[in-house]
Amino acid sequence: MEFAQIGANIVKIMRDYWKVFLIEGVSNTLILTCIAVSLGAILGTLVAIMKMSRFRLLRVIVTAYVEIIRGTPILLQLYIFYFCLPQMLPFLKLSAFMWVAIAMCVNSSAYVSEVIRSGIQAVDKGQTEAARSLGLSAGQTMRKVVLPQAIKNILPALGNEFVMILKETSLASTFFLGDLMTSYQKVKGATFLGFECLLIVGIIYFCLTFPLSKVIGYFEKRMASDKSYKNHHKHKKTAQGGNV
Amino acid sequence: MEMIKTVNLHKSFGHLKVLTGVNQTIHKGEVVSIIGPSGGGKSTFLRCLNLLEKPTQGQIFFEGKEITGKKVDIDLHRQKMGMVFQQFNVFPHLSVCDNVTLAPKLLKKKTEAEAMDMAKELLNRVGLIDKLDEMPGNLSGGQKQRLAIVRALAMEPDVMLFDEPTSALDPEMVGEVLDVIKGLVSTGMTSVIVTHEMRFAEEVSDRVLFIADGNVLEEGPPAAFFHSPTHPRLQDFLRKVL
Repeated sequence: MEFAQIGANIVKIMRDYWKVFLIEGVSNTLILTCIAVSLGAILGTLVAIMKMSRFRLLRVIVTAYVEIIRGTPILLQLYIFYFCLPQMLPFLKLSAFMWVAIAMCVNSSAYVSEVIRSGIQAVDKGQTEAARSLGLSAGQTMRKVVLPQAIKNILPALGNEFVMILKETSLASTFFLGDLMTSYQKVKGATFLGFECLLIVGIIYFCLTFPLSKVIGYFEKRMASDKSYKNHHKHKKTAQGGNV
Repeated sequence: MEMIKTVNLHKSFGHLKVLTGVNQTIHKGEVVSIIGPSGGGKSTFLRCLNLLEKPTQGQIFFEGKEITGKKVDIDLHRQKMGMVFQQFNVFPHLSVCDNVTLAPKLLKKKTEAEAMDMAKELLNRVGLIDKLDEMPGNLSGGQKQRLAIVRALAMEPDVMLFDEPTSALDPEMVGEVLDVIKGLVSTGMTSVIVTHEMRFAEEVSDRVLFIADGNVLEEGPPAAFFHSPTHPRLQDFLRKVL
């Protein structure tokens, strides 16, 4: 195969099928990602809160939830949500697309909850002690002192989660759900030009994720160079062993 | 008048016994310094006083009320007990001014304007008035600790607890923080100070406690305490540090 030939094929495919890739594929991929990440973030926040709860039983349950989801392949989870759950819950009349979106959202919630929990726990314990010593309640301390600092740890990691999920939505093509990878299957079926189609889809995925990663990287660097933040971490190192 | 009283105060971490039945009374207006070897229990004792550490056994009374009992709203009592930490623990996401006004505003002790006036007055007193709108990240260690002291004072506490306030400072900044504490105790503020600064303890204290092995082994007015110690552990300790 010549490069010139491949280039010509790509131009031809894009001329005939650009709508399939750029409109149908990209929009479905983005819709799926946005649903998964936004609902996943809400669910993940709830899970994180429950995981830090005082009630042991609640902690055990959500820990099991997080560990099971993180310890099994996402493709297996998609199969369960696509094949098994609609049969077990026949009264829920959801489209196949929605079932897969829910599966992605459940998957993402487990990862997001860990992001939030570790972001909160990364805030120096001395901050909580200082706030409580002033007479602030646990809730006031969380809202006014801990969360505003934790958010700096959480936001970049949430952005990375968005990139991860965007790539993982390609698994939805297993069920031919119209995402970008499904576009590849469709156009390949019509043109028999598999390599060219893969190249096109690959470039589109990259164009979606790369700028996003750059933006996240920029914010991450800006937060890390934030002076107050840096000093805060320097102190943490010397803060150990002050208990006794 | 009794400000803080501990009765048979015990604290263990796991099976490590850190405090073994401390009985102490701190009176209103009194300045008490606590010295002793690391790991001896002095910080734990101080942190028990506002229940940052929960005693495993024993009672603590603050202004006549038992705070170790059940159904005590410790947050209310903590508003009256200022604490200053070794690591400053200023809030890095808030400006100097907001560090000071956060608690008084949030706990409805002051209106916005009143809190602001008080913050300005206190910051002026410790020489930080020109840093009002700075973020703590731009302050030196000594300035951070002075800010932390002002933050505690803004709640108008009845007692101040200092947990090794100069131990994390560069040597040239120790003086400025000690000066602020000296100024404060001279106004009659009841203070409990855990410190390694022997000369400072001798100068400002009404009474000095030597805590080692989980209890107060010797106590007394600074002159007698430092110049004619009786307990062999204290004699040994003073020989090493002086």
